[in-house]
Amino acid sequence: MKLFKKVLIANRGEIAVRINRACKELGIKTVAVYSDIDKDSLHIRLADESVCIGPSNVTQSYLNIPALLSAAEITDSDAIHPGYGFLSENHHFAEACTTSGITFIGPTSENIRLGGDKAKARQIMRRKGVPVVSGSDGPVPNEELAMKIAKKIGFPIVLKASAGGGGHGMKVVKEEKYLEQAFYMAQREALTAFGNSEIYIEEYIPEMRHIEVQIMADNKGNTVHLNERDCSIQRRHQKLIEESPSPISSTEKFKKRIGELGVKAARAIKYRNAGTVEFIVDTKGNIYFIEINTRIQVEHPVTEAVTGIDLIKEQIKLAAGFPLEYRQSQIRQTGHAIECRINAEDPERFIPSPGKITFLSLPGGPGVRVDTAIYDGYIIPSHYDSLIAKLIVHGKDRTEAIAKMKRALDEFIIEGVNTTIPFHKRVLNNPDFVSGNFTTLFVEKINSLNYGQ
Amino acid sequence: MELEELKELIELLKETDVTELQIEKDGTRVKIKRDKILAHLEMPGHKTPPFQEKITAETEDDTQRLITITSPIVGTFYRSPTPEAQTFVEVGTKVVKGQVLCLVEAMKLMNEIESDSDGIVIKILVENGQPVEYGEPLFLIEPA
Repeated sequence: MKLFKKVLIANRGEIAVRINRACKELGIKTVAVYSDIDKDSLHIRLADESVCIGPSNVTQSYLNIPALLSAAEITDSDAIHPGYGFLSENHHFAEACTTSGITFIGPTSENIRLGGDKAKARQIMRRKGVPVVSGSDGPVPNEELAMKIAKKIGFPIVLKASAGGGGHGMKVVKEEKYLEQAFYMAQREALTAFGNSEIYIEEYIPEMRHIEVQIMADNKGNTVHLNERDCSIQRRHQKLIEESPSPISSTEKFKKRIGELGVKAARAIKYRNAGTVEFIVDTKGNIYFIEINTRIQVEHPVTEAVTGIDLIKEQIKLAAGFPLEYRQSQIRQTGHAIECRINAEDPERFIPSPGKITFLSLPGGPGVRVDTAIYDGYIIPSHYDSLIAKLIVHGKDRTEAIAKMKRALDEFIIEGVNTTIPFHKRVLNNPDFVSGNFTTLFVEKINSLNYGQ
Repeated sequence: MELEELKELIELLKETDVTELQIEKDGTRVKIKRDKILAHLEMPGHKTPPFQEKITAETEDDTQRLITITSPIVGTFYRSPTPEAQTFVEVGTKVVKGQVLCLVEAMKLMNEIESDSDGIVIKILVENGQPVEYGEPLFLIEPA
C-alpha cells in the first residue's frame, strides 16, 4: 500500500488550503484548480501546481467534471479530493474518477448515490433498526397516499424532497386542508431545484437539537465513530456554530448510544471513508436519524480538536487503501471545542458583503485555530459562498472554550467587509448559549429579540 | 535597448537632418521621429508593413492590434490532426474565421479550436503536446 504521489484538490477557499496542508504533511504533491477570477487565491500559491479550469461561473469551473478530469490527466494526478460542496456528493463525479483511473478521496459512488436519496436512506435505516422520525416508508407517489400517511402520523407534518437535504426542499404542512396543494407544489419545486420530484413525509418536530456523529471506515468495513457534534445554532438550516461534545451529552450513556447509532447507520449502507450521520434529538431526548452526509464536513476541525485525529489525512490514507489505525476504544475525547463560521455578511441581516480586505489580524494563542484562505488585500469575490474563515477553539471544558472563543473573537480583526463576528459575540454572551440550553430555534429567538430594540 | 543607447540615438538624430530613425535589436524595434519617440516590442516573423502604415501603426500598441486565441478548455495541445499529418497552421498562414487552428485533447476527446477572425498567424505560443489550461494563450493572429 502506498500513498498517492499527487492529489488534485477539486475545490477552493479554506477547504482547498486545508486539503493542501494534509497532503503536504504526508509528502504528497498537490494540484490546485481555479476559475479565472480566483487567480489570486491563496490555495494556488500554496499548492505545487495549478491549473485554470474555467470562467467564474461554477458550472463551467468547479462543477465542470471534464475540466477537472482533464486537469488531473495533464498533471498526472493519481487522486482527487473533492472537499465539501461542489462535486463532493455527486456520484457521477466519483464514478468518472474511478473510470479514469483516479482515486476519489471519499466514500464509494454507491454510498454517495444512496446518501443523496434521502427517502431511500431513511427506509434502509428504519429496516436496519436505526430509529427514524415517524413518516413514510420511502417516497410518496401521490397525494392520496400522502394524506393517509399524514393523518396516521398526525399534523403538522413536513414534506421533504428526496433529492434535497441540508434543509433544502422542505415544506411544513400544519393542517390537513393545506396538504394537497403543498404536496403538488413540493413536487414541482423539487423537480426544478434537484431534477427529481420525489417527496417523502416526516412528522414535523419544531424544536430539536441537531446532533451529528463523525464516522470513519476503511475498505474492509472496519467502522468507528469520532463522537458527536452539536450543530443546533443554525439560521435557515445553515450552521453557524458547532461544538463537541454536545452540551446535552453529559451522560456517557447518551454519548455511547448516539455514537453507536452512527456506526450502525454507516454499516447499514457499507459506508467507506469519512462521513457524518445526522440525527435530531427532540425535547424528550429521543434520537432520530435524519440523513447521512457522504463527505467531509465544514465543521470537521471541531472533531479534530477533541480527538487529536487529522481527519483529512485519515481520508487520504483510507482512500489509498490503508486500514483504520484506531479501534473504537482508542478514540478519546478530550476537553471541549467550539467553531464559529465567519461569513462575509452583515451581522444583523446576513446580507453578503464581498469586497477587499483592507486590514486583517488573526487571533492566536493556546487552543486557537483559524482555517481560512483570506489574506490582507484579498478581494472576496461575489460569485461563491460567503464563508471566509473558521475560528475553532479548544479548552479543557466548555466554560474555558467559551472564554477562549470570546477572547479570540475580540482579537479577530477584519476590515473592508462586513463579517458575522459581532453576531458570534452576541451568541457567545447569551445566557441560553452559555448554559447549553438551546435548540434549533435559538438563532430565530435571539434575532427576534433584537428587533424589539 | 538601454537608456544610454537611446540617448545616443536621439543625439544622433539632433545632429543631422534625419527625421526618422529606426533600429531593430534583439527583438526590440525603436523608432525615433523628430517630434516623438516610440518604442515597440516586435514579434519575430512579423512582416514589416509599408511606410505609410508604419506611421499610423506607430501610435497604436502593437500587442493590442493582434488577437489572442486562448484555450477554452483544459487539455493537451496538438498542432496537427494526427501525429503523421501536416500541422493545421504555421506562422504566416492565412486563416479565415472558423478555421481550425489546432486540437486540444481532453479525456481522449479531440476538440477543434477555431480562429475568431480572418487574418494571419503571427505567433504560436505553445508547443505540440504541451498541457494547456483554460484561458491559456495559444495563437496570436493579426486580423485582416
